[in-house]
Amino acid sequence: MSVIAPKFRLAYFLKSIIDNIFWAIILVTLIGIPAIQIGLFYGDLPVIEGELLTAFLAFTWLFNPAMALPLVKSLIYSDLFRIAAFPGFGFAALIAAGTIFVERKMLAKLQLRVGPFYCGKIEGILQLAGDGLKLISKEIIIPAKADKPIFWAAPVLFVATAAAFVSLIPVAPGGWVVADLDVGLLAVFAVIGFFPIITVLSAWSANSKYPFIGGIRALHQMVSFEIPLILSLLGVVILTGTLNLSEIVESQHNFPWIIFMPIGAIVFFTAMLAELERIPFDLPEAESEIVAGWLTEFSGMMYGLVQLGSYVKLYAFAALFVVIFLGGWTGPVFWPPLDEQIITTGLEISSYTGDPFLTVSTPGLPLFDADPNEWILQKQGELQYTTGQLLISGVVWFVLKTIAVIFFILLPRGVFPRIRIDMLLHIGWYKLIGLSFVNIFIALGLLYSGILGPEGVF
Amino acid sequence: MTEQIPTDQTKELPPGLQLEKVDDRIMTLNVGPQHPGSGHMRIIVRIDGDYIVDADPDPGYVHRGEEKMAEVRNYLLNIPHLERPVIHDSCNILYPYVLGVEDLVGIEVPERAKYVRVIAAELNRCVYTQYWLAIYGIFLGHSTMFMWPAGDRELMIDLLEKMTGARVTHSYFIPGGVRNDIPANFEDVCLRQVNYFEKRIKEYADIFYDNPILKARTEDTGVLSSQDAIRLGTTGSVLRASGIDYDVRVKEPYDVYEELDVHTNVLKDGDSYARSKIPWLDMLESCNIIRQALEKMPKSGSVRTKLKPNPKGVGNDEVYRRVESGRGAAGMHIISNGKPEPYRVKISPGSFRNLIALPYLLKGEKLGNMPAVYWSLNYWPVEADR
Repeated sequence: MSVIAPKFRLAYFLKSIIDNIFWAIILVTLIGIPAIQIGLFYGDLPVIEGELLTAFLAFTWLFNPAMALPLVKSLIYSDLFRIAAFPGFGFAALIAAGTIFVERKMLAKLQLRVGPFYCGKIEGILQLAGDGLKLISKEIIIPAKADKPIFWAAPVLFVATAAAFVSLIPVAPGGWVVADLDVGLLAVFAVIGFFPIITVLSAWSANSKYPFIGGIRALHQMVSFEIPLILSLLGVVILTGTLNLSEIVESQHNFPWIIFMPIGAIVFFTAMLAELERIPFDLPEAESEIVAGWLTEFSGMMYGLVQLGSYVKLYAFAALFVVIFLGGWTGPVFWPPLDEQIITTGLEISSYTGDPFLTVSTPGLPLFDADPNEWILQKQGELQYTTGQLLISGVVWFVLKTIAVIFFILLPRGVFPRIRIDMLLHIGWYKLIGLSFVNIFIALGLLYSGILGPEGVF
Repeated sequence: MTEQIPTDQTKELPPGLQLEKVDDRIMTLNVGPQHPGSGHMRIIVRIDGDYIVDADPDPGYVHRGEEKMAEVRNYLLNIPHLERPVIHDSCNILYPYVLGVEDLVGIEVPERAKYVRVIAAELNRCVYTQYWLAIYGIFLGHSTMFMWPAGDRELMIDLLEKMTGARVTHSYFIPGGVRNDIPANFEDVCLRQVNYFEKRIKEYADIFYDNPILKARTEDTGVLSSQDAIRLGTTGSVLRASGIDYDVRVKEPYDVYEELDVHTNVLKDGDSYARSKIPWLDMLESCNIIRQALEKMPKSGSVRTKLKPNPKGVGNDEVYRRVESGRGAAGMHIISNGKPEPYRVKISPGSFRNLIALPYLLKGEKLGNMPAVYWSLNYWPVEADR
């Protein structure tokens, strides 16, 4: 079973690069620059260091290191960046895209085959982009007797709800979360409770038989697994005494809760698989029984949006597991502090004869520190770690733990067959709810015996 | 869900397109022919909630008139198209035809050719069963069980390609022996690959047959009692899974099967799990038979008795021969009237008899059990349609 890759030809490669550059120039000049100018015309301009930031000023500052770093910093600390890029949807979509790639390659290794191989030359890394382009270019077909407004709205609502879920997850210390609510966990439950509604709406509005059966199955499954899902998290809430997810993470700086509550973690993981409709709980999309379940009538980018939403949801659930049971971003801080000389006098770039011919002063370099003067406090010994150090190592720990959990979510797909709806409900109502109550009693026992909790030993 | 009958419809629809008015609780599902869980057929399923109240299998989408085609070609030209109904099991579906023509013409088959035929037939049984098992795996949502058999099947296909020159449609058996001798050094290669194949399929137990979810899912579903199995006329793995010890290779041995030690695998339960396990046990048994045949086979000699071109039947004569194919007893009834072409060739495949059990088994089952019960019947739509 040898696989023959297409022969590499330099001329074709150069031609493709030139083609791409040509189209990039065309698109940027015709669409990109006018859009930016229209946006700048109507939008409010931020004020940085006492000056109103205009487009010309931003262009000038970009080539001045002393001004470019504050400019970048003001972008990083803006609300737009949080919602769209880092702790919000962009970060989640990036991890979701990685998840799809890893799922395909890992499943292929498990099943003794190659997986995506051609697209992107390196192990099929651009396969996902190709799939996305295909979905965008496909025609969207809507059943004749569908309830059109609801049918159109369902994929968008699905992605929006997944994005709302992501916005509640704290990623790094120092308030790196889109919405830092005191009732964060309750808000998470509320958002999770929204998914079955969207599923049933889309299934019912398609006015078709297989989506209808799939929607009913999804309703059974999600509603009955929501109860153990919520109950399994109550043990942590009892011990920490808070619903704020950031505070739940802070309470795990000594040890993660999975050490004391393995039963709750197992129950939550199982309920999570059912909520995500992953194998062995993929009954709402059971291919050999009901075609594609509640996704049957979706075509083109509507299907693509639902898939995007489900993978973003997968990331959000894995991140919630990390936040509640695995200690979120807590872990040893390994990122070294910045060199003092670089911050004060700047970098000296020397020529090959040894003489410094260029000096770049970088006063705004502590980019991720909340206060730019934290490094001085750190020098004086008043501060152990700067916020920049905590942020970078926290994010790395968080991402590593999330990837580990995602790996365990993906693994059952290669190992288990699909189960049946009556077995599923039996597991949900009898076993998982009983086990989650056991978990709550363990938590209460730990609390009243004085081992854990606000006045505990640890 | 109520079937809505449009009230503003003034145009009269043709009878097939009219929406059927049924009980409010009952929903009719057309599972197939364009359905990932049907194959080339349709099952009209009526469900009440999650329970199937009625199932009506509707085969015939791939009918090609093989029997009629056999009446206008001579005995040798019939060989390539008569194996088309089951290209994955082409040696076994052709076996009864070849045996029957040999009986009609009255020619002796060399001893070595008989062993070569047995080896090819058992290899082909493994190829077919692996393909069937792959589809059974994906019907239950187990994608690894789809990929592993589909990959391991290549071992057997490689061997058959070495023997016959073709990967699936071999046209290898002819009246009087086999088309060509096996290549030199084939015995060693065959033994090595069969041993590796056996080791591989024993690993399926770990991931599939001993899987607790699979057991909970398919045990006690679609139970066929031994009386019902006889009454409905099922054959092959379905019959053996219901506790009936019947195998054509043992009960009516053909060629050299009586000189080989063939063990019949029988399970008592008669449920989907037992029906899916019997073909897997048969594959292990096939490996044993191939090893025995390789040992006992004459090392040299002719593999083909020459048959005159356009062989004629011996006057007005008829013959019925049957063999154990991958799906049970496959028989062929050949009637000759003294002309170069047969007067009639009636194919009696195992698939069609096993399908008869489907409506009885599906009634009262849950909808989720439909793929497990349907495909465990060892049914191949193309063979049943002929």
